[in-house]
This record gives sequence, C-alpha cells and structure tokens, in this order.
Amino acid sequence: MTSSRKVVLRFPPQAANQPLVCELSLKFGLVFNILRASISPHREGLMLLEIVGEPDRQEEGLRYLADKGLGIEALSQDIRKIEERCFHCGACVGVCPTGALTCDRESYLVSFEEKQCIACEICILSCPTHAMEALI
Amino acid sequence: MGETLRTYEEINEKVKRGKAVVVTAEEAIGLVRQKGLERVAREVDVVTSGTFGIMCSSGAFLNVGHTKPRMKISEAFLNGVAAYGGLAAVDLYIGATQPAKDDPLNKVHPGEFKYGGAHVIADLVAGKDVHLEAFGYGTDCYPRRTLSTWIALKDLNQAYLYNPRNAYQNYNVAVNCSDRTLFTYMGVLLPNLGNAGFSSAGQLSPLLKDPYYRIIGIGTRIFLGGGTGYVSWQGTQHNPGVKRNEKGVPLSGAGTLAVAGDMKGMHSDWLWGVSLRGYGCSLALGIGVPIPVLDEETLNHCAIADEDILAPVIDYSDAYPNGTGEMLGYVSYAQLRTGRFTLAGKEIAASPLSSYSKAREIANILKSWIQAGSFQLSRPVALLPGPESGVIFRNLTERPANHHQTAIRR
Repeated sequence: MTSSRKVVLRFPPQAANQPLVCELSLKFGLVFNILRASISPHREGLMLLEIVGEPDRQEEGLRYLADKGLGIEALSQDIRKIEERCFHCGACVGVCPTGALTCDRESYLVSFEEKQCIACEICILSCPTHAMEALI
Repeated sequence: MGETLRTYEEINEKVKRGKAVVVTAEEAIGLVRQKGLERVAREVDVVTSGTFGIMCSSGAFLNVGHTKPRMKISEAFLNGVAAYGGLAAVDLYIGATQPAKDDPLNKVHPGEFKYGGAHVIADLVAGKDVHLEAFGYGTDCYPRRTLSTWIALKDLNQAYLYNPRNAYQNYNVAVNCSDRTLFTYMGVLLPNLGNAGFSSAGQLSPLLKDPYYRIIGIGTRIFLGGGTGYVSWQGTQHNPGVKRNEKGVPLSGAGTLAVAGDMKGMHSDWLWGVSLRGYGCSLALGIGVPIPVLDEETLNHCAIADEDILAPVIDYSDAYPNGTGEMLGYVSYAQLRTGRFTLAGKEIAASPLSSYSKAREIANILKSWIQAGSFQLSRPVALLPGPESGVIFRNLTERPANHHQTAIRR
C-alpha cells in the first residue's frame, strides 16, 4: 500500500550539486513532489519533499539519501503553533492552502493539523501575534 | 413597542441583589427566536455584547511622576518607541501603532513591525518593567535635560487607555483583485480574489446591538481590556448617516466609540500587542458593553443576527487605497462565519482578524460580573450623534499650499 510523507532534506556543500533526489524514482520507484527548495550562500541546500510510495521503499530511499550525507527530518517538527500566543482570530485559516489550519465552526477556535502542512509559511506572514513558528 | 419595561435604577437594584437576568447577545438571539420578543423582553434585564479585535486608534496616557530635579519631558521613548511629550511636564501619550525608532519599517517589504506602542502598553499591563529614555530642553522651573530609567505600571500615578476610535459598527470585507499579494491591516490578501479578510464580531459586536445609539452613549460603563472602562465620546470617523437595511443595520462602517479605562485593572488576556506584516503594529483589545432591556425595541435590536448584518466587499488593491468608493457587493456575517462566500462566481475563503471565541468569552464574563452584582449599569450622560444629527465622515479636501499662504498673509 502506498502512503505519503513529507520530509526536510538538508544538502551539505559536497552533496549540493549531485542529482540525488531523482534516484528516489529511478532506484526505489517512489514518486516525489518538491514543495520548496533553496540554496544558501554557503552552498548548503534545503528541500521540502513529499514522497509517495510503499513505506518500505520510502525507508530504503531515505536511507540511501542519508548514506550520501543528506540530513533528513520529518516536516511535522518544523512548523508549529505556539498555543499561548494564539488568540484564535483565524487570519491564518483563509490563507492556508492545504487546510492544515482550520477554525471550528462551533467553538471558533483555530487548530493546526501538522500532517496537512506543506511548510509554505504563509501562516507566519499572516499571523499578527507570531504564534506560528518555522524551525526550518 | 415604546412602553418602558424597566429603568436603569430598577435594573441596578436587581443587580445589587444578585437577581438581574442577564444573557449574552448570542443567547438573546436564540431566546427571541424560541419564545418571541414580547416574552423575552419581560424576562431579560440585560444583554451583554463583546468584541475582541485589532483596534489601531488606541493609546495610553501615562503620568510617570516628577523627577528630582524636575524635568519637562519633550521627547520620550518607552522601550525605544516614541511617546508624545507635548503635554505637561511628565504626561506622555503612547499610540498603539507607533513603531520602534530603529524599526526598519517597510524598507524591506513586507516589514515585520515586531515591537511598537501597542507592545509597550501590553508589557505595562503585563506588569513588565519598561525602559524610559527622555529628553527636555531645560527651563528655570524644569532644569533637568535627560533621563534613563525603568518604569512599571504599579508605580505610575495614572495610566489609562484613551482610545479615539474602537468598536466600529460594521466594517469592510477586504479582497484583492490585483495579481500581487497585498499586506494590509486586514491581513495578507492573496492575488486574484485568493482570500478575504473581515473584522467585526457581527452579532456580538456592541454597536450592532444598538444600531441607532439609543442606549450606548457618553458615560456608559463597559468591559475594557479585562477591566472597567467608559465610553468617553463618539469615536473619530463616527458616521451615523450611512445607508441601513430594514433592520436598521448599517451597510458599511458607521458608528464608533472613544473609550477610556484604567490600565491598572486590565489583564494581558484582553490586550495584546500585534504585528501586521507590511502594515505596522497595533493593539488587539477586548471590549464588552451591557445593554439594558429598557423596552421591546432595545431587545429587538439585540436580537439582530449574523444573517441580518451585511458587510461591503472592497478591493484593497485599488478601491480602498485610492478611495474610489467602489464596492464589489455585500456578504452577510452568517455567510462569512462559514469560512467561504461566493463573489462574481468565484468561491473565496474568508477569515477574520478579530476573535469570535474571545468576543463570546467577553460577553460571558460581563454577564457573570453583572450576575454577581459587581458591575452596575450606567445611564449615559449624553447620547452619540444619530442618523439625523447631520454628523458625517468627510474626506480631506486638499487646498494647494500657495492658496493657504495667501490666506495667512491676508
């Protein structure tokens, strides 16, 4: 059974110019979707990747990337909502493209579902109280 | 309809005995639907309203106490944020949207505006020490010229919010028709009608429960920032003469309130410094107003529900900044509360800048204060200008500077 997961890949300088991610498809039969990618001035790369495929093959693929020197983190740890800073206005809800941020229509409280998040960070721009934080 | 059911004195007598029947505006809507206006008007003494939102036209007067030797403060900074010192020696006014003096503003757009006047006010209310740096030009009676010290709310002689415009009666729904993202006081607006921002508490909002200003006036005692405050005047841009629907609800921003209240009784839960990306800093504030059910008409207004309140949809890429007055249509708060509405055949995600959950909490707190006998209702000493008053909100008519100079010479 295929499943989807989102990971943050960090490319050290020596790996930044190698075509590694495409190997996920070629070697492991995985489908991937690049959600965001950037290269810093020190030639370190960062990529947010959604990977779709058999869980075992996902593990193998990520192990392959780790062996090549890439740092791998689960995305869900990287965007978080700091509850005590949120007064539940909902400014983030209308701009969230994936429905990770929702407003309950009974209580009118805003909640964050990490699994839905693609770390686009539009919530960070829209939040008036700095309640959304990116650790990427 | 016009028959008086109870007076302020009778209500306060019941409040004192802990016998007043108080419901929130949401509860009043449900009760009137269920039991009918006449019966509920006989049963309920007070309806409580509430709103919690970003209210830019806010600020605080602070009297920091005299120094030795004395000093006439002409320039002051609180945690690096300029406070107005053009008053008597040690009176200051700090405005909510004043950015810190070293803030990069929008030089790199959209600016972050991490700390400003509203944050200073929130820090004081939270009991934090705030750094005061001040300068004076020196006089015979006020010789001191510089000051650098820490202040805290408990040590100030007076510290009170004095907000020139809060609790707008209805407001715009902001959208963006352009092809670039906008950073506005109504939030981040995505291109091509990508989303919409709105800001009123709708059926809980104080002035939407008293559309003709029959009840709320100068001297009305209110919940302000978690403490007690008063309506002190009509708010700036008070505009009672706008078009209204058949229930009397204004079809655009209309009445506003100026309010004042002692910061020493306030609480951080109800007063927050906020940063609106690309726009500036501001104050998010909780206000609750009790409405005495003096007659059936008062309750009829309290029963105005979200579906009765329409807000104008305005394009913040052109119509708003250029002041064209163009409007794209109306949408009801009932529709906005679902999180989506349709405009020109396109479904748009709508999200508020004000907190409905906190507005509801405020209405409930005020209800509990009145039920407990700790909050008496006050009769206004004067009412706010109504639709027939002729008070209107004008734009500035610019006159060329040379014309002005000619006038002065004459």
